[in-house]
Amino acid sequence: MTAENNRRTWMSLLAKAPAERLKALWQAYGADPAFHWLRTPEIGATMVRGRLGGTGAPFNLGEMTLTRCALQLESGEVGHGYVQGRDKQQAEVAALVDALMQGPAAEAVETAILTPLAAEMMAAKTTRAQKAAATKVDFFTMVRGED
Amino acid sequence: MYVAVKGGERAIDNAHAWLAEERRGDLNVAELSVAQIREQLALAVNRVMAEGSLYDPDLAALAIKQARGDMIEAIFLIRAYRTTLPRFGVSLPVKTEDMACDRRVSATFKDAPGGQILGPTFDYTHRLLDFALAAEGETPVVERGEARTEPTPHITEFLNKEGLIQTEVASEETPGDLTREPLELPANRPLRLQALTRGDEGFVLSMAYSTQRGYARNHAFVGELRIGKVAVEMEIPELGFAIEIGEIELTECETVNQFQGSKTEPPQFTRGYGLVFGQSERKSISMALVDRALRWKELGEDNLGAPAQDEEFVLYHSDNIQATGFLEHIKLPHYVDFQSELELIRKLRREAAENLAAGETSVQEAAE
Repeated sequence: MTAENNRRTWMSLLAKAPAERLKALWQAYGADPAFHWLRTPEIGATMVRGRLGGTGAPFNLGEMTLTRCALQLESGEVGHGYVQGRDKQQAEVAALVDALMQGPAAEAVETAILTPLAAEMMAAKTTRAQKAAATKVDFFTMVRGED
Repeated sequence: MYVAVKGGERAIDNAHAWLAEERRGDLNVAELSVAQIREQLALAVNRVMAEGSLYDPDLAALAIKQARGDMIEAIFLIRAYRTTLPRFGVSLPVKTEDMACDRRVSATFKDAPGGQILGPTFDYTHRLLDFALAAEGETPVVERGEARTEPTPHITEFLNKEGLIQTEVASEETPGDLTREPLELPANRPLRLQALTRGDEGFVLSMAYSTQRGYARNHAFVGELRIGKVAVEMEIPELGFAIEIGEIELTECETVNQFQGSKTEPPQFTRGYGLVFGQSERKSISMALVDRALRWKELGEDNLGAPAQDEEFVLYHSDNIQATGFLEHIKLPHYVDFQSELELIRKLRREAAENLAAGETSVQEAAE
């Protein structure tokens, strides 16, 4: 269960990562593991659903693009890449990272790629939240007349 | 009547080449990049994504460039592209209660938990042209506050606790999808919302405005309007669990409408709901108002004969691609159709003239 949770966490991170940053970190990591494709990168869409009133029955909101692929390392691990958008290279890197995270290189990959990526994405999110917080309205009451 | 006609290929090729040249405009002016459109015309990009029904800011920006800024043409391009994509699946319903809000306001509760967050809004600007934007591109330093880390609760949930507002009963029923099956009436609310969220902003706005002016009485308060990013989760069959496959920006509007009660429902507040891709505030509020007006039947209200209550009228005319397709086709060659019309009108005129002549003769005969 923890392993599944971990995998869910890193796959989610890879899916949402800015493509250029992920590719740059992968390049800096410098690995070039041998693999073969189980499914070459393919661009498609998924239907995004919402709920009536935010909490009720589901409805179809519209689609979003995503790219997926699957590969197997020579050492045997199978990696899946599911990323938002249409960048096939990002999907490939995501699948490679997913595969490596299941093997002996996990710690090194986490340190070199996942940790900095998570930190940068969190920083970007926090910056927006800080800017939003500065636009929070402080109400004050105008006192009229004598008391 | 359709008859194959050949000809015009050279004219068409030349017209398209000229279109490309006109699209580029004056070569002394720098060319727009897709990234510039994505970053600096973000609200146009949002509209193209919402009505094109495909969330992909880069594609929407490209479509706007290709369409020379014609929004409906850009939406058309996205709709056409969308049909070429294989569908990998459907997402779990997005959790808007977990939205990282850039903006969140309520017109009903001043002290709503989480506060009133204005966000990057046009509200309270003076709508005076800013000539500084025509000159240099400096942006002001943006103040920062203390980031909220906990999720911001939905405001209607507070009314719900007192039982004062109609509850939205959660279900996992598979909603109909009008991109897969043609829309049939009567439509249920999930289908109506799908049609409205991809409907033309101008049309939905006008329909909503008509309800405010009295065509279907439902005085709406904006209970909550929120804009921000939500994660999109999808079950991955080969993994056997769900992962977040991305993050999208959404605008959600929930209206609170007074309701006197009916034969089936007690007096309570009722809801209208709007949820739209991107920062699309006007569209989202409009959607909520029209949604509420269309709910008259399920709430046991009277049909006042208002356009916004007419499901067929609203849903069959909200799609600007269907509308423009039918409208614009009449400018294409109809030579044979028109030839037959011409024949008909000549024949009718000839007959009318003969009748008149015959009539005059008979009048003359009678006089003699």
